[in-house]
Amino acid sequence: MDFNDTPQEAEFRAEAAEWLERNVPSREELEGLDEIQRCKLWQKRKYDAGWACIRWPKEYGGRDATTIQSVIWNQEESKYPVPAGVFAIGQGMAAPTMMGWANEEQKRFHLPPLASGEHIWCQLFSEPSAGSDLAAVRTRAERDGNDWVINGQKIWTSGAHYSDYGILVVRTDPTVPKHKGLTYFFLDMKSPGVEVKPIKQISGGANFNEVFFTDVRIPDEQRLGAVGQGWQVSLTTLMNERAAIGGGGGLGFDRVYQLAQKMNIDDRPAIENGQVRAALANWYCQESGLRYTGYRSLTAMSRGETPGPENSIGKLVGASKSQDMASFAIDLLEMSGVMEDRETWAEGGVYTGTYLNAPGGRIAGGSDEIMLNILAERVLGLPQDIRVDKGIPFNEVPTGSNN
Amino acid sequence: MNFEFSQEQELLREQARGFLDENCSAASVREILEGSDSYDAKLWKDMAQLGWMATAIPEEFGGLGLSYYELSVIAEELGRAIAPIPFSSSVYLATEALLLAGSAEQRQRWLPKLATGESIGTFAFAEHAGRPTPANLATTVSGNSLTGTKIAVPDGDISDFAIVVARSDTGDGASVYLVELQDVTRRKVNGIDPTRSHAKLEFQDCKAELLGSEGAGWSLVNQLLNRAAILVAWEQVGGSQAALEQAKEYAMGRYAFGRPIAGFQAIKHKLANVYVKNTLARSNCYFGGWALAGNESELPLAAATARVSATQAYYFASKENIQTHGGMGFTWEFDCQMYYRRAKLLSVSLGSEMWWQDRLISAYEQRNQPVAA
Repeated sequence: MDFNDTPQEAEFRAEAAEWLERNVPSREELEGLDEIQRCKLWQKRKYDAGWACIRWPKEYGGRDATTIQSVIWNQEESKYPVPAGVFAIGQGMAAPTMMGWANEEQKRFHLPPLASGEHIWCQLFSEPSAGSDLAAVRTRAERDGNDWVINGQKIWTSGAHYSDYGILVVRTDPTVPKHKGLTYFFLDMKSPGVEVKPIKQISGGANFNEVFFTDVRIPDEQRLGAVGQGWQVSLTTLMNERAAIGGGGGLGFDRVYQLAQKMNIDDRPAIENGQVRAALANWYCQESGLRYTGYRSLTAMSRGETPGPENSIGKLVGASKSQDMASFAIDLLEMSGVMEDRETWAEGGVYTGTYLNAPGGRIAGGSDEIMLNILAERVLGLPQDIRVDKGIPFNEVPTGSNN
Repeated sequence: MNFEFSQEQELLREQARGFLDENCSAASVREILEGSDSYDAKLWKDMAQLGWMATAIPEEFGGLGLSYYELSVIAEELGRAIAPIPFSSSVYLATEALLLAGSAEQRQRWLPKLATGESIGTFAFAEHAGRPTPANLATTVSGNSLTGTKIAVPDGDISDFAIVVARSDTGDGASVYLVELQDVTRRKVNGIDPTRSHAKLEFQDCKAELLGSEGAGWSLVNQLLNRAAILVAWEQVGGSQAALEQAKEYAMGRYAFGRPIAGFQAIKHKLANVYVKNTLARSNCYFGGWALAGNESELPLAAATARVSATQAYYFASKENIQTHGGMGFTWEFDCQMYYRRAKLLSVSLGSEMWWQDRLISAYEQRNQPVAA
């Protein structure tokens, strides 16, 4: 066990740090650009220098780096407030699925623009009647010559409004049990018949969307896996979703710790208050525990093991932690905590913003309850829930008034 | 970077588990729980044969000279087995105190005997209910004579010597002494976990040898607590994992409403939450183990982090294990009580969760202090 770098790792870290120091975009460079333009500028710069998606094979735009090298790179890059985020789904979920299931020509065509940031991808999985029960999707695909014709609706699709491509799970056979009637495709989001409607969230932002499909045609070549094999292909995507290790962003310990140094309770720094210290200590334990749990999974991955369901704990713990810390930070501000006005208080809106965004973290990418089920069933080996739809043709499964 | 135990260390774990399965079964722990013995003397002797007490003692003092990773592995297995022996007192506290501050002569005299298990040492700290501070210590030393009363001394009734914290008028307000216990009035006390004995020690003009420097005792106590906290955290993690396994096994075999209760989400989510807390605690222990194995600057924060999360995990795992068992879990007959008792014992034996939460933030403050120009 050693938390220090080996000499080779240290050398790699120094090389990465040096490149970052010289190349991270300055404030002036980013001025006047919107978020997507900023992300694209930084991604392209990394790509041109061989620092994009470094774990990918070279021929697909990567660097053939090891898992540990990629961790080192992420650690170094995260020291800078670089624009990121819009590529997470494409690079983190669509790309591994393409690597596993697309043909060679498709991989060579689609993966390099994903690495360079030229193309943004979205994930068209959830539907109004299929969230946690993802295999219950109803969007239909029917064969017509060499094409498939898609009709239906997806929802909660992050970034659909600015995506170039999407990965899609649809129903090709409603007369067989639900997992067996699914097929997986990728498609051009500019295909005729695709309509994207943003959904406004609690926080006021609109990062995700409803996506409607009306007679959208997808060539059969864009099918990943066999007809009826869509669930198996989806699992590749979902496994990689969980492999996004760590606390899931949000509000970090240090931020709230610093706030507690700045704020007073009864004219003494809040950080001297026992209740504040106890709460902070618990969050530190969670954050640190997640960090080293992540390192342990990486050790396993670097030995060639695939990321397992145990990685579900990162999001499960991280999302609630962020929510609770935001609520606590607002409390530290006492009556002024309600304000979002930056002219009155330099950090106005930071904690309320996290507070209002936090509920999404506990739902997106598998709700807390689904994560607990995954841990219970797939890590602890407890029995699966009894499913009344098991073995029943999909079109005979009962539905309710809220579906 | 590598965040796992080595193959050799995993092999040691396998051997340790095999040995404890055979020699420290729940039935044998129960004999100590229900009987009048202070500890399992046969287990202690057999363990000494395997050299476990000698693990991290340097070879020059008759030890095996292995690392704290090996000792961490053994600690986890002992915690898992709820072993009724004075290992933590003698190895994590007395041995560590000598390694930290003992003179060459003191080490030479005691470490070889601690390594073979022939001698048992302990740490005598608490004097009254509530948190000790240098200001509220009443034990004093005059010349070479120590006088005072220590309560809740782990293994105080069976130890050959104790590392005793006393008041000092200089330095940080405390000094630490090594006192042999043959002339000390000792009384075994009943405790929350009868598988680990405790005693009240009354020192009246007892011969005491200074350990470390006069007036540097409080700092030594804190270093010692940090080191012991990580090893105890490994025991706590071992116990938490065993409690989770016991809960799972019972839930799989207990049927209600026509199916195993392990299939109900109320139970599944409960046990998944136990797993989450155990996993976070274990990962913090990894970092603690690494800090203990020679990365001193990280030790105070790593120790507090491991301690707080392991304390919380064990409490949660042990109480939810009883809950999963329902009424049977609450009976004397079932073994759930052993984890529940041990969890609380370990959670206060080196200072409470509250205390360690406070220490954690202090350690974070200290580590992040701007370096003076």
